[in-house]
Amino acid sequence: MKFDHTHFRQALLRTPFHDRFVELSTTEEWMAWNTYKVPRVVDKLPTEYFAVRSGCAVMDLTPMEKYRISGRGARDYLDRLVTRDISKLKAGRVTYVVWCNDEGKVIDDGTVFQLGENDYRLCAQHHQFDWLLMSARGFDVDIQVETHDVAALAVQGPTSWSVLAAAGISNLEQLKPFGIADLRCGDIPVTVSRTGYTGDLGYELWMDPANALQVWDAIFSVQGQYDIHAMGLSALEMVRIEAGFIMPGFDFNTAEATIRNGYDRSPFEVGLGWVVNLDKGHFTGRKALLAEKSRPAKRRLTKIVVDGNKPVGEAFIYDGKNGKQTGEIKCATWSPILKANLALADIEFINGRLPAQLWARIDYQRELKWHSAWAECHSHSKPFYVPEYRSATPPMRY
Amino acid sequence: MTERIDVIIIGAGHNGLVCAAYLAHAGMKVLCLESADSAGGMSASRSISDDYHFPGLAHVAHPLSRAIRQDLKLDKFGYTPGKAIDTVSLDVDGKHLTIGSTGVSGEGLPARDMSAYAEFRERYLAFAKAVRPLFENKPPRLKDMDFPDKTALVRLGWNLRMGLGRESMYEFLRVAAINIYDVLNEAFEDDRLKGAIATDAVMGSAMGPRTPGTVLTWLQRLYGEQSGPLSMQSGQLVNALTQSAEHAGAKLRFGAHVEKILIENGKAFGVELAGGEMLKARIIISNADPRATLTSLVGAPQLDAMFANRVAQIRGSGVVAKLHLALSGKPEFTGLPESQLGDRLLVAPSMKYIEHAFNHSKYNECSGSPVLEITIPSLHDNSLAPDSHHVMSVNVAFVPYELEGGWAEQQSTIAYKVISQLGQYSPNLKSLVVDHEFLTPRDIEAEFHAVHGHWHHGELSIHQSFMMRPLHGAAQYDTPVDGLFLCGAGCHPGGGLTGLPGRNAARRVLGPGGAK
Repeated sequence: MKFDHTHFRQALLRTPFHDRFVELSTTEEWMAWNTYKVPRVVDKLPTEYFAVRSGCAVMDLTPMEKYRISGRGARDYLDRLVTRDISKLKAGRVTYVVWCNDEGKVIDDGTVFQLGENDYRLCAQHHQFDWLLMSARGFDVDIQVETHDVAALAVQGPTSWSVLAAAGISNLEQLKPFGIADLRCGDIPVTVSRTGYTGDLGYELWMDPANALQVWDAIFSVQGQYDIHAMGLSALEMVRIEAGFIMPGFDFNTAEATIRNGYDRSPFEVGLGWVVNLDKGHFTGRKALLAEKSRPAKRRLTKIVVDGNKPVGEAFIYDGKNGKQTGEIKCATWSPILKANLALADIEFINGRLPAQLWARIDYQRELKWHSAWAECHSHSKPFYVPEYRSATPPMRY
Repeated sequence: MTERIDVIIIGAGHNGLVCAAYLAHAGMKVLCLESADSAGGMSASRSISDDYHFPGLAHVAHPLSRAIRQDLKLDKFGYTPGKAIDTVSLDVDGKHLTIGSTGVSGEGLPARDMSAYAEFRERYLAFAKAVRPLFENKPPRLKDMDFPDKTALVRLGWNLRMGLGRESMYEFLRVAAINIYDVLNEAFEDDRLKGAIATDAVMGSAMGPRTPGTVLTWLQRLYGEQSGPLSMQSGQLVNALTQSAEHAGAKLRFGAHVEKILIENGKAFGVELAGGEMLKARIIISNADPRATLTSLVGAPQLDAMFANRVAQIRGSGVVAKLHLALSGKPEFTGLPESQLGDRLLVAPSMKYIEHAFNHSKYNECSGSPVLEITIPSLHDNSLAPDSHHVMSVNVAFVPYELEGGWAEQQSTIAYKVISQLGQYSPNLKSLVVDHEFLTPRDIEAEFHAVHGHWHHGELSIHQSFMMRPLHGAAQYDTPVDGLFLCGAGCHPGGGLTGLPGRNAARRVLGPGGAK
């Protein structure tokens, strides 16, 4: 799809899958994602949520910002861009990355796909073209925006492999987590990666927008055999919190969009210290992160379980019941599968440590009347929900 | 090479030598690498054939600060400041104007200007003195200030308020960031006088008299000037600095072209020379243009993305060419007594003339009426030319780095035009020219590795001065690369033969968080 220069006539762009969502939508709940119109909820939120956790959910990923990075200097370029050591990444593999500005504050996170020798795709939450171009000075690298030229579909859930196999995508059984394979759906070329944002077994399909509807139809043609549901972003929000994934721009302010001093966050502060490699050679922000590491931690985006079942929403965190305010909840969900209130909270550390006690003051409504209650919170270091089957190769057949 | 080296200095320009001498005096093992065959950089003397010698790119000087002279014992090594010379604003009809340390005189000069000049000069010398704490020290940071930073700011405030007095301080604050054009028009009537002062404000910069910030550039020039410009003592400053540095144990190596600064884990540990030789040291100091240092020697991949981008945006495209003339006799200037021939002669008859010449350079053109600064160094040192012969050195202002139509085809035409222009003031000059050399900003770049041939390694504009020089993120002689420092004209307080960037950089290295 060549970029349509009359796009301004339409407030939001339509993805290549849009027609199918229109057919399925009973709620007409749409929202904007990177200038595209996507469903918040297609039909029923619980159905879409449980499709991810116990069946198969299909979600439109096309609005994801996608960049093709190629040329002799592509690897060195990416290694200087992101905090993680990607020098050992192989063709046909994907890795999760985060990148910072000079001050070591997170600009965005995303995934790097090595598609071939000197050929990479970078997927990002937010538009990054200006930052990518600015970072290119001194490198032999070519950077193209391919957001609008590649249609992408997430197929996620325990039956996702069985669904794709039944839909005609063969040779998928040996694809390991974070692997990429160039396959066919019938006779349509489709690149499949075993990646996702749900913490479940799942795949992402990358294709020519011209073939998008054919691939969609092939998947939904096995709906009689499997429980397959189109899914909107509300269900995604629930499952990504369960999986412990963060969302830059929502859980914390991204560096280049931050005006107020101290409102941006470093990778350490958002719990991404594990993707920072300070020994791999120079990358943007390294010096600042090195300095930060030598100081006691000031704060951390922390996974917490909030006692009780009152809807958490937005709330302050205190270091005790009626204690001192020490943080705030950035995102929260009731987890139907874990039967718990899960949240990510930005918590200020005391002497480099998480406060011994964490309490949330929850404001909630009963028949439009506001109430307030205290709920104790418990920090959690691992993702909340990690089904064992998600990393099995070959995946379990249904 | 097995001998331990503490410090490698890249470039033996005068600032590199000052820095080397200070560090060697402090007991460090210093190796200074120079790609040319002799020391001095832009202040090194140069020759046409074996007979005609020129002071170098810099052909007038100001006295070196007393502190540097004393610290480095330069007098012992043969340094004497040159002879104070007057400035003559040439008039095509021979009605020249002379500006000397005692005042200004000339046919047709309004009496009002004569008295106004004395007052004006006194006032601006006081301004220059007031901002001395800014110029002489490392530029104070505004964030995370250390004690010297605070002292410098307090001293600046004290000087402005108590040194100048209330009224003068207000005047200083009024003019500090505006242009010299408005200031001179307020003060004087005479075009020759205004042209001469404005020339000093813009010479070496891509600025015309109407460019904001030209009062500041003029103050920078006035600073250190007590008695007007000095004739350049050819090679003498460089010799004294070299000897002082070597006497203290510093080693100089010529023909050593650094191609790369070696960095591991964010720390510089050595340099690689053309030819592949590697030299290691704890500390690397670059006298080279910050743009060349950070872009070519370090390389953007070793820098953070935003910083690398800012380096690429440093403004500074050279606009001064140098014309060297070998003359078979003494030139005569219409209406100029022979006794004044050794002065600094300016072709800048009015501010309008200068602004026009500048305008051409903005559009990559060369004005047919360029601004010229002329010296005849052989009048001060007869060893520079054979008997009764002379050498003339001319700064040709507002010659662009990029010339519309390309330099290759037009270099000699433009040199010829400048000689013709000189002929309007000195009718016998053309017949005396034996040989010439015309260095455009491109040649200056090629020879001295100054990016775009800029004298000062970056424009002396307000946004590239003080704690912003050479750029945000690399002020106070530091760079983001640990162990790598800057000591050239690209650093505070900037270009000119002051030696201050070199001295301040040495102090930085010897100070907390530097070498120790």
